[in-house]
Amino acid sequence: MANFSSIVLLSLYVSGSALLIASLIGLPIGASLALKPPRAHKIIELIIYTGMGLPPVVVGLFVYLLISRSGPLGWLGWLFTPTAMIAAQVIIALPLVIGLTLTAVQSVDPQLRLQVRSLGASPAQVMRTILWEARLGVVAALLTAYGRLAAEVGAVMLVGGNIQGSTRVLTTSIVLETRQGNFELALALGGVLIVLTFMANFFLVRLSGQTRG
Amino acid sequence: MADLYQLANLQKIYLDRTVVTIDSLSIQRGEFLAIVGPSGAGKSTLLRLLNFLEAPTSGHLTFDGQPVPSAPPLSLVRRVTTVFQRPALLSRSVRENVAFGLRLRGLHPDGAVTQALERVGLAGLGTVTATTLSGGEMQRVALARALVLNPDVLLLDEPTANLDPYNVNLIETLVREETSRRGTTIVFVTHNVFQARRLAHRVGLMLNGALIELAPTVDFFDSPRDPRTAAFVKGEMVY
Repeated sequence: MANFSSIVLLSLYVSGSALLIASLIGLPIGASLALKPPRAHKIIELIIYTGMGLPPVVVGLFVYLLISRSGPLGWLGWLFTPTAMIAAQVIIALPLVIGLTLTAVQSVDPQLRLQVRSLGASPAQVMRTILWEARLGVVAALLTAYGRLAAEVGAVMLVGGNIQGSTRVLTTSIVLETRQGNFELALALGGVLIVLTFMANFFLVRLSGQTRG
Repeated sequence: MADLYQLANLQKIYLDRTVVTIDSLSIQRGEFLAIVGPSGAGKSTLLRLLNFLEAPTSGHLTFDGQPVPSAPPLSLVRRVTTVFQRPALLSRSVRENVAFGLRLRGLHPDGAVTQALERVGLAGLGTVTATTLSGGEMQRVALARALVLNPDVLLLDEPTANLDPYNVNLIETLVREETSRRGTTIVFVTHNVFQARRLAHRVGLMLNGALIELAPTVDFFDSPRDPRTAAFVKGEMVY
């Protein structure tokens, strides 16, 4: 049971940390891109939208090559650690957070931006205000990113190694238990994963509902 | 009255399209200037230039005796504010909308917000979500949000278009008071020549980005110098 709870906690820690880091980087980038004239960021937008469809296993491979002992970042000693799993998941989540934030902020009435500036807002105040106005879309961006991270298996398997008591998370456990024929346990773990995702969605939707209006 | 704005050989060009080209324009401190003209004449762009929200492509723009830099400081931008035709309100309460500009400045004077809401006749609706109000009420919130800032210059971009006579009268009364009591400089863009005649000290006609004629209100309507002004005033100009 202790082993089971450590798997659940590690899953939450890895995906939650990755989402937090990707949000801290991605929200301001997505908002500032949306507030610039469209022609200024068409190419960047294209790259971001391509990144949104990046296969996690390919991201895992890149991160693996970067942090493996002979890789350029091998000196960090991150391979087969939760830190490596978080790093890979940040790369997976970042284009999603940036791209969906960009879309959410772009959907805010352009005249509102002009009005906010006319009322004396600094560029940072404009960004904060428009992000707040786009909060439902931003929450949807975070939910989508969390859903992708919680369900992700390829990257965490490659860079984490699925080591018991160290880097084993719910998705990698399900793969392992299925391979070993422990279908009941695999199904139970799958159920826990779905419940956790539901709870995260419920929390974020409630949060956005409370702050609406 | 001293000049607050001075524009000389001012141009605003988007890509290869010249939208505003003004050889010379002085706006005096405390005056009520109305700008009339058809859609697409460059009136709204002129207001954005006067609010320092956009920089002119070429020419000179001075405010209060100082040339306006291409990236004006926030302290300068905050002396001017605009009420647009469509009241762009935040999805927050009426009170929060009115307090918004003050909060941007780090101020929290609840009394000023209450007073502004009373002025526009919305004292009882402070806690209501602003975006659920009627069109006229929303525009009054937008006006209260601007007035509470006590700006040196209030720019109004067709604020009464699409409003009923009650709200038009209320808004006209409020902006007239603003000039007479506080000496606020007002630039009022309107399609409605009757409204310009009722409110303004001077009226200017813009066509294709250029200021065709600018004259004291009585002269503008009774003895226009330019035949295009005469046609516009008489309603003979088709646009």
